[in-house]
Amino acid sequence: MEKMPHWADIVLIPLISLILAAMLSALVILAIGESPVDAFNLMVQGALMRSAGWGYTLYYATNFMFTGLAVAVAFHARMFNIGGEGQAMLGGLGVAYVCLFIPWPHWSLALIGASLGAAMFGALWAVIPAYLQAKRGSHIVITTIMFNFIAAALLNYFLVNVLRPPRSMDPATATFPEATHLPSFRDMFSTAETIMFRGAPANVTFFIAVAACVLVWFLIWRTKLGYEIRAFGHSETAAKYAGISPVKITVISMVISGALAGMMSINTTMGESERLVLNSTEGAGFIGIAVALMGRSHPFGVFLAAILFGFLYQGGAELALWTNIPRELIVVIQALVILFTGALDNMVRMPLEKIFLAFRKGDA
Amino acid sequence: MDFLTLLQLLDTTVRLATPLLLACLAGLYSERAGIFDIGLEGKMLAAAFFSAAFAYSTGSVWLGLLAGIGVSLVLSGIHGLASITFRGNQLISGLAITMLAGGMTVLIAQDWFKQGGRTPQLEGAARFEPITLPFAETLREVPFIGPLYYELISGHPILVYIAFALVPLTWWILFRTRFGLRLRAVGENPASVDTAGVSVVALRYSAVMICGVLCGLAGAYLATALQAGFVKDMTAGRGYIALAALIFAKWRPWYALWATLLFGLFQALELRPDLIQQVIGVKVQVQLLGALPYILTVVILAGFVGKAIPPRAGGEPYVKER
Amino acid sequence: MTAPAIELKGISKAFGPVQANKDISISVQPGTIHGIIGENGAGKSTLMSILYGFYKADKGEIFIKGDKTQIPDSQAAIAAGIGMVFQHFKLVENFTVLENIILGAEEGRLLRPSLAKARRTLSHLAEEYELNVDPDALIENLSVGHQQRVEILKALYRQADILILDEPTGVLTPAEADQLFRILDRLREEGKTIVLITHKLREIMEITDTVSVMRRGEMTATVKTSETSPEHLAELMVGRKVLLRVDKKSASPGDVVLEVEGLRVIDDKGVLRVKGIDLTVRAGEILGIAGVAGNGQSELLEVLGGFADGKGNIRINGEELDLTGKYSDGQSRRARGIAHVPEDRQREGLIMEYTAWENTIFGYHLDPTYQKGILMDNVGIQAEAQAKMERFDVRPPHPKLAAKNFSGGNQQKIVLAREIERNPDLLLIGQPTRGVDIGAIEFIHQQIISLRDQGKAILLVSVELEEILSLSDRIAVMFDGHIMGERMPDQTDEKELGLLMAGVTQEPAAADYKVVDQQFALQDQELGGA
Repeated sequence: MEKMPHWADIVLIPLISLILAAMLSALVILAIGESPVDAFNLMVQGALMRSAGWGYTLYYATNFMFTGLAVAVAFHARMFNIGGEGQAMLGGLGVAYVCLFIPWPHWSLALIGASLGAAMFGALWAVIPAYLQAKRGSHIVITTIMFNFIAAALLNYFLVNVLRPPRSMDPATATFPEATHLPSFRDMFSTAETIMFRGAPANVTFFIAVAACVLVWFLIWRTKLGYEIRAFGHSETAAKYAGISPVKITVISMVISGALAGMMSINTTMGESERLVLNSTEGAGFIGIAVALMGRSHPFGVFLAAILFGFLYQGGAELALWTNIPRELIVVIQALVILFTGALDNMVRMPLEKIFLAFRKGDA
Repeated sequence: MDFLTLLQLLDTTVRLATPLLLACLAGLYSERAGIFDIGLEGKMLAAAFFSAAFAYSTGSVWLGLLAGIGVSLVLSGIHGLASITFRGNQLISGLAITMLAGGMTVLIAQDWFKQGGRTPQLEGAARFEPITLPFAETLREVPFIGPLYYELISGHPILVYIAFALVPLTWWILFRTRFGLRLRAVGENPASVDTAGVSVVALRYSAVMICGVLCGLAGAYLATALQAGFVKDMTAGRGYIALAALIFAKWRPWYALWATLLFGLFQALELRPDLIQQVIGVKVQVQLLGALPYILTVVILAGFVGKAIPPRAGGEPYVKER
Repeated sequence: MTAPAIELKGISKAFGPVQANKDISISVQPGTIHGIIGENGAGKSTLMSILYGFYKADKGEIFIKGDKTQIPDSQAAIAAGIGMVFQHFKLVENFTVLENIILGAEEGRLLRPSLAKARRTLSHLAEEYELNVDPDALIENLSVGHQQRVEILKALYRQADILILDEPTGVLTPAEADQLFRILDRLREEGKTIVLITHKLREIMEITDTVSVMRRGEMTATVKTSETSPEHLAELMVGRKVLLRVDKKSASPGDVVLEVEGLRVIDDKGVLRVKGIDLTVRAGEILGIAGVAGNGQSELLEVLGGFADGKGNIRINGEELDLTGKYSDGQSRRARGIAHVPEDRQREGLIMEYTAWENTIFGYHLDPTYQKGILMDNVGIQAEAQAKMERFDVRPPHPKLAAKNFSGGNQQKIVLAREIERNPDLLLIGQPTRGVDIGAIEFIHQQIISLRDQGKAILLVSVELEEILSLSDRIAVMFDGHIMGERMPDQTDEKELGLLMAGVTQEPAAADYKVVDQQFALQDQELGGA
């Protein structure tokens, strides 16, 4: 017997967790001496009431969709990929190499090339921990944490010692050639009379992220590979019985996961800064964990949660601009969401299950 | 490289290894009891800030230390609540706690001190000062032993000596006391403890709380002894290096000492890359030195050099079976 | 008359909608062995868990030695003089025997005095009850029988005078079980009260003074053992007369389908579990493998099913099978016409979170008929699943329900439907009726027989001797990784098989095994070194 209807599990629990996180954040804002209501209004104004605000919200959401999907795919195979950050860093390196060293005739071709580069580099950074987990039994959480730090060191080395243009003091690559610049939302949606998304970094990559959501949905629920990934995630012993190779599934799902995390860097590197800088990932790999937990590892849930976090990020930036509330408030909210939806899940779930059980008894 | 330079390098190693050692022992108590803790970093960070903030405002480093331990205990309590009481995912909880600490420290620092997420510089009694051990000055001129004693062993803040004393103490607690026996048992097979009429929950909470105290010491050392004040993200991955050292040490106290000293040496060399070039004649990239603890841990975890087997019930919430 | 050692009055306990114990009352006299018998899931273990403080009863009272006692946790149970030996031992594997014994019953904050005291007490106990164990051995190096002794010693060390044993012989050889019973006898002589939970009638008849029968959470009867019979108890257990023998025609074996030669299996801990066995199964016959759990049967099935590596030769219809490498997996085995109903359906045979329809293709999910281009043909699979579930009488016949929501018997029917409907040449089937309700057992047995009658080869592994005797056309007994001998079901009986299961044999071949063992041990070392 299910204790609780399915919809409650996928809608109610994340919602309650979010409300709890919001309430605690409101307390924090109060403690700083600001008004939570004003702060929320400001966030909505800044993130949703102007097209430029949306341009930022969707830009951030694009990052979080990629990293959220990355975490979600690994979750389905019961792996916790905490290394999205490192994989995205490496993805950025892939984008930089593709954009800097191949003379692209048109942005669309460059986008395809950069996507491949980003995915391959990201996948490479995920495949080593995956292989070590599958073949040597090293815990993937620990290895991917270690790989985040190794990636940071590696990126640092490449930007300082290899890719930095001569005479530049900045640990960053040269600006990518004009032909690789991606059309922004402003380029795409402005008409002669009205300029939309003025100054906002949202770009064509957003649609690739949305497409990735759809593709991941098909992959997980409509293909035999997805069937095997989920089966392996639910029970490794059963997977072995069925002839599903644990090594194969571990490696493939991490390759997909790493590729998705890596692709995030198209948005930040090619779409926004148009060069590779040291901290282009800005913790998006970790936000992916919050997004996947909040979205219950379902691509549609990830899509919604990514937009929510995009809103929080843009709103948070507005708060930092106009009030005394630093941007770190967002990190706090994000931590609370992870805490409630991920670690304290049962705290929310147990009372809710009791309520549903009581109602059911009332019916009978 | 002359003897004095070597001593100075080792001295730096000891100073840098101390927070790693404290955090590593903290993780050891928790993980030996079956509670994985990837939130060492967060607890250290929170403790670093609160100890600096309280030491600054009260002028007493000891009150600062208490505040640091206090906040670390609060975070440990959250971790316990999530992983023991509500049987949640210990890894996710640890991650959330680290993030929470990262955000809250800057938020509060900005609110209290308005210096862009840092505390003011600590001075005098608000810091742990180096202690000169007895006879250090007199023995200084004795060849070999004198400089060794003066440069390396003497002249550290009290927390360093506490950290090193904690190694044999931890060994003794784990392997010679009732509490240690039960602690190890609960990390291997909690059902054995439960059916013996001992509370799994109480044991695990006490382990998590000890972890909190030690993380508090580690954080306080960072902000009030190693440096003079808190700056944003000042732990800089030390919690994760400690975690790496714990794996490297195969969850044993003495091995933990050697592992953290080794990783401390890497950090010391990162500050003096010229020394390596002097000794082995090859220029080593500083980035490589920084990444070396992580790379070594991956190698150890992969079992290429000796297999690290974690406590058998580690990471699993305890549920009574029917 | 003295007060009863244990008296339960009106104990009830529900888990959500499931009523595990309904208004149960029993009374156990001191110095006796009281049996509690019932099918799996009858509520025996729940009742004893209440007595040991693991669960709180919803209603009812507990009296220990005449005093009303609250038992909110294990500590209270221990204080009341109750000791429990669980089916799955609660020992710390990498601790010594002494450390396990003192755990939770230490003398003070330091270990040294506790250990010394335990060492002394242990030698007394060993003398008194013939419970010999090396106090400094690590648990992981002890045999199962010895580990169980440690559990009993743990209880005695805590001065328990009431000892509860939950299915204590499930993991023991008959010889070890006999030893256990001698120990229990001795404990009874010393005045201890023992509650023995089991589902084996023979054990009840052999050792208990009184017996209570449980069925579906209720206590159906308490009788003196000397005044009852196995048949009567069986009837009380299941609520109606059981057919212990299945009706079947005699077999007409055809060509050899499966040939196993010199098979050896080393498990992931590096222990040699199957030590060179030969067997054949012909079309149209059922070969039953009898044996106490843990004597290599599971490993045999795993290698045949393709999810463990082995050494030796296995031929199916005359063709060699790969026993290691890429083509030694479940997929390759299925392609060769081997279907497999695994021993543990919840951990192996099914994905509990998957729907029934997803489970009906599990293992065969790569089959092109289930695909539509690059996607899976979910609609088609669901329709097929519906039909399969109806043919196999799965209740409820809802393909979209998750497997975990079906009863054990219906879960097994889903697995059977999947494996049998693929029309295999060889069916491997392990513990077909473990945890299955009595109604479904008959259905499952009939399905196995009818598959045999269609001329399929069937290899049956079961720890239930009755099941082996009633289904098999030929019986092989496994002990310690060897086949101890083969018997025809009509020319043997439980006694002879029981002896074989304990490794006792009059055949001269048995002596040779020691030599063979040594050879394997040498080879193991070589393998370990490689």
